Amino acid sequence: MPATAESGLPAPPLHERQRAFADAILNPALAAPAGLLGPDGVASAHRFGVYRNNVVMGLIHLLEDKFPAVLRLVGTPFFQAMAQAFVLSCPPQSPILLQYGGQFPDFIARFTPARELPYLADVARIEQAYLEAYHAEDADALDPSAFLAIAPQDFDRLHLQLHPSVQVLSCTGPALRIWQMNVGDEPLQPVDLGEAQCVLVSRPEALVELREIQGSSEVFISSLLDQASVVTALQRALAADPEFDLSANLAGLLEAQCIVGFGFAPPDVKRNDP
Amino acid sequence: MSNSSTALLLATAFSTAIAATMVPVANADGMKMMTKEQMMQTRAANQKRAMAQKLEKCFGVALKGHNDCYAGAGTTCAGTSSADYQGNAFKLVAHGTCTTMHTPKGDGSLTPKA
Repeated sequence: MPATAESGLPAPPLHERQRAFADAILNPALAAPAGLLGPDGVASAHRFGVYRNNVVMGLIHLLEDKFPAVLRLVGTPFFQAMAQAFVLSCPPQSPILLQYGGQFPDFIARFTPARELPYLADVARIEQAYLEAYHAEDADALDPSAFLAIAPQDFDRLHLQLHPSVQVLSCTGPALRIWQMNVGDEPLQPVDLGEAQCVLVSRPEALVELREIQGSSEVFISSLLDQASVVTALQRALAADPEFDLSANLAGLLEAQCIVGFGFAPPDVKRNDP
Repeated sequence: MSNSSTALLLATAFSTAIAATMVPVANADGMKMMTKEQMMQTRAANQKRAMAQKLEKCFGVALKGHNDCYAGAGTTCAGTSSADYQGNAFKLVAHGTCTTMHTPKGDGSLTPKA
């Protein structure tokens, strides 16, 4: 059994050393792991500190790139402090950093110093949904005339399959407007914080599209995403708003190229929830 | 609401929606429908427009500043490079562009302070 040079005691098993190494990276209060030597053969807390800093700063910069509107809204010092708290409490669970940051919007919602900005978490949700849509699977929109082949009596069993990039968000404030103003898409101007916006996110071709939709449309589309039949989705939407216009909403989904298929039972393939 | 009347309602809603999608521009009197040939031409034109917007270069710059490729009228990837966006953002950053929005009522504004 190998022994450490200093103590002569048996070295701890590899998985324990790895655990100690990982813990020390995310907790600056912990000392550099024992037995870690530099190229000169000497243990160096300073060297380890550099590595620890790079890991955390790398993830913070990743979040800055993924959430530019949030960054702009709060400024770099606040963002970096908030991102650091997130990185230390929610380190990556996957080596695919493309997926990292999915929990950041929920973290922002719980982050006490950000409580004064009630729209901030929703702006982050929009940015996250934007990226998820960007990287979602491709699918061809259904030709609307395909629906003409359905027998009228079959419509009450109809299920729609939406494009894999489709998401809907129900925001508590004018988060879409704030996002648009802070990615340079619209000039900065006063907003009404009482205005709750709902958003449809999709990527029919190469570009992500964001649309503001009504609350009842959000209910309708999220029901379809949950594999409810069109009838069930319609009933939920009507419960949310008796004025819900089914044909206008269907036309909107068709025009936005969000419908990729249909069937008469829930689709076999479950959507991948990112 | 019986099953058959629900089905009929849906069938009607779908045909209305499909008609709306296929005839994006109404004729002068607003009522006349396009011929099938005209419909196909319009759809082909729409398709062509949609394909023309498919900018392969977008993929190359996606990771850094994903807003480069934001879909908006007339936006192109070439016009808003990652560097441009970042520089622009830096210039406009007021530490919290939202500072003027803190009051829940009244003068909420996103205009950055000088």
